[in-house]
Amino acid sequence: MNRYSILGTALHRLAILCYMGFALFPLFWLLKVSVTPNDLLYSEGVRMWPSRMSFEHFRFVLAHSAFPVFFRNSMIVAGATAAIVTLLASLSGYALSRFTFRGKYWLVALMLLTQMFPLVMLVAPIFKMLSPLGLTNSLTGLVVVYTAFNIPFATFLMQSFFDGIPKELEEAAKIDGATQFMAFRQIILPLTLPGIAATLGFVFTAAWSELLFALMLISGNSAATFPVGLLTFVSKFSVDFGQMMAAGVLALIPACLFFLFIQRYLVQGLTAGAVKG
Amino acid sequence: MASIDIRNVRKNFGIVSVLHGVDLAIENGEFVVLVGPSGCGKSTLLRMIAGLEEVTEGEIRIDGTRVNERAPKDRDIAMVFQSYALYPHMNVAENMSYGLRIRKAASEKIAAAVGNAARKLELQPLLARRPKALSGGQRQRVAMGRAIVRQPKAFLFDEPLSNLDARLREQMRAEIKKLHRDLGATSIYVTHDQIEAMTLADRIVAMHEGVVQQVGSPLELYDRPANLFVAGFIGSPAMNFLLARYEVSAGTAGARLPDGTLIALSSGYQLEEGAAVTLGIRPEHVEMSPASEGSLRAAVDLIEPTGFGIILHLGLHGLPFNVFTLDRAALTAGPTVTVTFPPQHLHLFDETGKRALTSSLQQGKN
Repeated sequence: MNRYSILGTALHRLAILCYMGFALFPLFWLLKVSVTPNDLLYSEGVRMWPSRMSFEHFRFVLAHSAFPVFFRNSMIVAGATAAIVTLLASLSGYALSRFTFRGKYWLVALMLLTQMFPLVMLVAPIFKMLSPLGLTNSLTGLVVVYTAFNIPFATFLMQSFFDGIPKELEEAAKIDGATQFMAFRQIILPLTLPGIAATLGFVFTAAWSELLFALMLISGNSAATFPVGLLTFVSKFSVDFGQMMAAGVLALIPACLFFLFIQRYLVQGLTAGAVKG
Repeated sequence: MASIDIRNVRKNFGIVSVLHGVDLAIENGEFVVLVGPSGCGKSTLLRMIAGLEEVTEGEIRIDGTRVNERAPKDRDIAMVFQSYALYPHMNVAENMSYGLRIRKAASEKIAAAVGNAARKLELQPLLARRPKALSGGQRQRVAMGRAIVRQPKAFLFDEPLSNLDARLREQMRAEIKKLHRDLGATSIYVTHDQIEAMTLADRIVAMHEGVVQQVGSPLELYDRPANLFVAGFIGSPAMNFLLARYEVSAGTAGARLPDGTLIALSSGYQLEEGAAVTLGIRPEHVEMSPASEGSLRAAVDLIEPTGFGIILHLGLHGLPFNVFTLDRAALTAGPTVTVTFPPQHLHLFDETGKRALTSSLQQGKN
């Protein structure tokens, strides 16, 4: 290594470090506030870590708030949405990637069009549609809405993963004796695991943190999801930052676990060696 | 083993027509090579036989049974792809046995078939490896192994060697030939490499722009190309072409070049006197000799020693003209050389590019 490349590497690392600091600082602050006792929150000024740590906020959130309900609701909604969207998007993405059919162009255009609307515009019509169906104030209603909004993007995402898998693999499987569906299930699907993991992760986090529709469609605590629940820590006269941050830290846990679980599938390179390249 | 019949097969992609009526009968156990430049329709034809492309018009029969509507899995054929198309998430043994496993063959039978194929292709030490841990040549072997374990009716090869380096290609070429000799399976092999075509084929099918140009044994195509396309495509370095006019004087036939030189022909042709013709001669048949009647002077542009012989790039009346010789004296050739064309090695093509027919009045080799 010469002097320039050492300098280049150092600058490169420094840039990454800066970015990491910028991206992770809010999370750090979240953690810091969640363990700061109430009496120190406003009295100590701006400090990187409180002089005394306490888990009272966590205890309160878990034992005395409706947080466990919000948490369960969010798990159900985000999990179901991620599963349904990924299943449907992998099938439709495969179709868009491999087949030519009448109206394909218009279908893609229509799917793109749905992505262009500001969601706020759709709140009222969706409420009007779901209300007579009894789907307001219900988790099912949220799953339906989230699924509808996430499918177009997830389909494009899955399509791009399928596009990356050589067509010859399926053709080889078909010649070996597989039907189209067998080729999809036994050859293509195992190779698309990184894509499936990425889609699952994307949709899960999108549904987990969605606020607008959850706020509009849900009233009352029984069907509220976690983002809506966070607002209960805001009262007319004060914001209970400690408890809110403690809830936030707890809410991060499933998302982190989820990504920890799927990260090994997210690693690319599974298809290496399929074809020359 | 099976025979394959292709009858007036056409293929359109939308409004683009890529095959314009191909007829071909492939016999049981035959090794047929489809050769032609890219875009000539050879791969499309192979994929239609495999069932990967629909037949727009015409009929494909395997062992006398029409297969147009059959799915690839029901045609009992195997195919080796240019890209190998190995299943990356399966190891070598699983790759090779996939076809048998989904056909629910007995596990002893699968093990025996994989073992046999692995022995034949020297793959035994690699059976537990994934494709990404294999070299190009090994992947190629696995692809072949996957084809032979099932003992299909026919093998289809889609440019299987084009991703390999020159030495490995030569080696695999010999192995494919040996494999065919041992298994005796009907094989259709697509390539754009005419050396592969010449060395492997029982019969070559030369294709151009969706039309079969000539079908015949390798030497037939080399010795008696049916038209200008085949003449120019088969052979390396490629055949030289000169424009000329057909002449008969004093009972002997000749071709008059634009500069007035008369090239003697070995026989008469069924052509009008004065008809425009194209004279063809292979670089290896051109003789370099002292000036004489019918000889031509050509400027030397470039001398390429290949080790085995020497390729001389000449300019003949401003047109490129190649000579291949084994005589190392050519390495020191001056700025110009004199070349003559032995009449028995000349090919004559008429105005439409077809090989001119010799006339019955005069006998000759052509």
